[in-house]
Amino acid sequence: MLAVCGLQSADELFEQVPAAARIDHALKIAPGLSEYEIADTFKALAAKNAVGYASFLGAGVYNHYRPVVVDSIVSRGEFLTSYTPYQSEISQGTLTTIFEFQTMICQLTGMDVANASMYDGSTAVPEAAMMAVRVTKRSRVLVARSVHPEYREVLATYAKNQGLPVEEVGYDAETGQLDLADLDAKLNGETACVIIQSPNFFGIVEDTDAVAARAHALGALLVYTFAEAVSLGLLEPPRAADIVAGELQSFAISPSYGGPFAGIMAAKEKFIRQLPGRLVGETKDTNGNRAFCLTLATREQHIRREKATSNICTNQALIALMATVFMELYGKQGLRELATQNLAKSRYLESKLKPRFTGPSFNEFVAVAGDPEEVNRQLLEKKIIGGLPLAKFYPELAGTMLLCATEMTKRADMDTVAEVFTS
Amino acid sequence: MIPKKVRSHLVQNEDLIFEQSSPGKIGYQLPPLDVPEVDPVEALGAGRVRASIEDFPEVSEVEVIRHFTRLSTWNYAIDLGMYPLGSCTMKYNPRINEAVARIEGLAWAHPYQPESLSQGAMEVTARLEEALLEITGLDAITLQPAAGAHGELTGILLVRALLEAQGNPRKRILTPDSAHGTNPATAGIAGYEVQNIRSNDQGMIDLEELARAVDTDVAALMVTNPNTLGVFEENIVKAADILHAKGAMVYMDGANMNALVGIARPGDFGIDVMHLNLHKTFSTPHGGGGPGSGPVAVKKHLEPFLPVPRLRRVGDLLTWDYDRPQSIGKVRAFYGNFGVLVRALAYIYAHGGPGLRNATVDAVLNANYLRHKLRPYFELPYDRPNMHEVVFSDDRQAAKGVRTGDMAKRLIDYGFHPYTVSFPLIVHGALMIEPTETESKRELDQFVEAMISIASEVDTEAETVLKAPHMTRTTKVDEVTAARKPIVRWQKG
Repeated sequence: MLAVCGLQSADELFEQVPAAARIDHALKIAPGLSEYEIADTFKALAAKNAVGYASFLGAGVYNHYRPVVVDSIVSRGEFLTSYTPYQSEISQGTLTTIFEFQTMICQLTGMDVANASMYDGSTAVPEAAMMAVRVTKRSRVLVARSVHPEYREVLATYAKNQGLPVEEVGYDAETGQLDLADLDAKLNGETACVIIQSPNFFGIVEDTDAVAARAHALGALLVYTFAEAVSLGLLEPPRAADIVAGELQSFAISPSYGGPFAGIMAAKEKFIRQLPGRLVGETKDTNGNRAFCLTLATREQHIRREKATSNICTNQALIALMATVFMELYGKQGLRELATQNLAKSRYLESKLKPRFTGPSFNEFVAVAGDPEEVNRQLLEKKIIGGLPLAKFYPELAGTMLLCATEMTKRADMDTVAEVFTS
Repeated sequence: MIPKKVRSHLVQNEDLIFEQSSPGKIGYQLPPLDVPEVDPVEALGAGRVRASIEDFPEVSEVEVIRHFTRLSTWNYAIDLGMYPLGSCTMKYNPRINEAVARIEGLAWAHPYQPESLSQGAMEVTARLEEALLEITGLDAITLQPAAGAHGELTGILLVRALLEAQGNPRKRILTPDSAHGTNPATAGIAGYEVQNIRSNDQGMIDLEELARAVDTDVAALMVTNPNTLGVFEENIVKAADILHAKGAMVYMDGANMNALVGIARPGDFGIDVMHLNLHKTFSTPHGGGGPGSGPVAVKKHLEPFLPVPRLRRVGDLLTWDYDRPQSIGKVRAFYGNFGVLVRALAYIYAHGGPGLRNATVDAVLNANYLRHKLRPYFELPYDRPNMHEVVFSDDRQAAKGVRTGDMAKRLIDYGFHPYTVSFPLIVHGALMIEPTETESKRELDQFVEAMISIASEVDTEAETVLKAPHMTRTTKVDEVTAARKPIVRWQKG
């Protein structure tokens, strides 16, 4: 091959790289390992993490059962090793799964249109805010303080550089729901959108319609976000919202120390051309057969360049596929049963502890814990990872922790938690 | 002619899952509840509980398996053959990476579990940071961004934060006319005006044009190196000097890093900040369009602004440091696409230092081999040695009415994924080809044979090329109607 290129040695390939730009040493990275050694290395690393613990952590990342069928499908090379489906003729597999994904996200959220997925919930929220700004041509963003603290941090990073003022709306100290009086005080004719999460970070279901009515009365949009997608199996869908931006980690996506996950973005039909990210649409091929393709690309960076709705290129196709398989396996009946089990487990635990808020919770809640760090220390001795102490994110909630119970949580472990709390 | 790589093959039809749905069918099992049942309406309030998920699928497990397996056969994939997509670095995705990412202690680690029980995950992160810094020659890195474009945004926010700290965020970002579309889009999202810089007649940064554009309102130049022609920017050091002299910075789009690993380091040629695409250079699977990961590496002066938290070693333990007053904040929840980081580290371990360099050599050799083999048949507008990819134009074929997009579709009939079409914009009718180190001489020769055959079809039977593809299950799709009357979800008929 070198001879075909008219070269004597491989080093000549790099003559175009000026000497000043070339590396002056061999990379200080050890020589390659065999497959066995690689597996061994990572097993040793994994053993330094928690293994064999029961966990009551939720807070945006949930411990749900992952049906084995999901991995059989996403491990297929035809899905795993394909590129973004620009070439419709040889990408109908991926395109069809995304079309089904978009459809099910609409069915779950009560929205008319959904895109092919976002990086995750935390980045979907600022994208939704920027979309609301484009739609309303206003710049103020109101976000509930009960939205996931890390989502709010990401929103702050994006908003600062877009010059969008972001203000927080408090929560009712008794119910844990949005403080409607505070909302009324802060909503005005310059508000582009109000962002709420339901169930919120405290696990409490918000009164979406009441918030929507107030936002809409002043011409603002309602952005609804969720971190616990299983809740959609049971909760009334947020039909009153204008944009829904959430996280699908609960749908067969392993926690994986925080990612990769898949976010969603769905909206009312009239906002379709303002949606960021990829969209798959139905059409026909030249033989008249149903076919799918990426569509409305004129919103996107490779066409619009600096005028694009977002700089996003990819979706989270493979992760969204996990969620798609999950949704189809569980289906209409399963998702409801799963959600109902989560509700029952969490309510059992809640009944044994002292909840901080009175609002209706789904599968996690805030418990009064005295000294949360000490409670967690004692639980760790029993091979249980306790809840998330809230003081880190909410200084005013020092002495409480957020606990989650899912279909994976065992009654015996919940009883142990209750014992440690009351001792 | 029927090329060696393809012949006819049975492909099954498959309805949408909704059309297969039948009331009462299930594909799941849950264990019996070990706590008292709860009535949702009673627990949550009547107005808060939905009646049902209307039209949601109801199918069995085997129907789900067959559904997705049949759909999968409608995809092309690296596992089926060469993917010469320029700029996309479609290399083999080693399966050991998939295996280690699924080890329970890594796959099921919760981001909020105690640090004392997360040391393995943090160690993976630390080791990857260290390896990527050695590869890029830069001083500090964040692994938080979820994709390349997300990394770009992070990088430009870092530039902005430093300039702001110096008292003036400045107004403009310069991008060469050969830039990826994400570059100007990112600059816009970060609140900057975009100014295009014309390339010189060699497709390179024009130093005079650059010097004219750079003033104290310029925040940074966003540059891809090797550039989108696959050629190393020979004046990159001088270009960086021009920016630095006016207090501006150089951002490098790391999309083409596969040409540089072990050969040249951005930190050594004047780059202040760059992103990497772990799903390109470091072999993590594209997965049909994600997940990716876009780490951002910087020189020391940008380090204080990196997203929180930062990994820090305290004695024998690793800890997440949130106390970073100058940080731009978070760009994503938690610590980034950790599962992708595991795979990238496994790739680096498998190759080792010498192996990484060898991969670069093979990638560059493969691309140069294709240039030599194809240049008699296709116009080479910038005729010079290339790095990891080569860009032809369709000039000769266009004269006969056949464009790059037509030939790309015809390539599908020969059993290959198309090359990148009509990019970079500075080449009229571009055919952008990147073979990567994955391809053997045998696969490259089959590709060359296919391209030569298509070039000859353009001369003898242009219609065959214009109407391609002919051998796929789905023929050319009507994208115009799809965009004019968007149908983006199934609805009960």
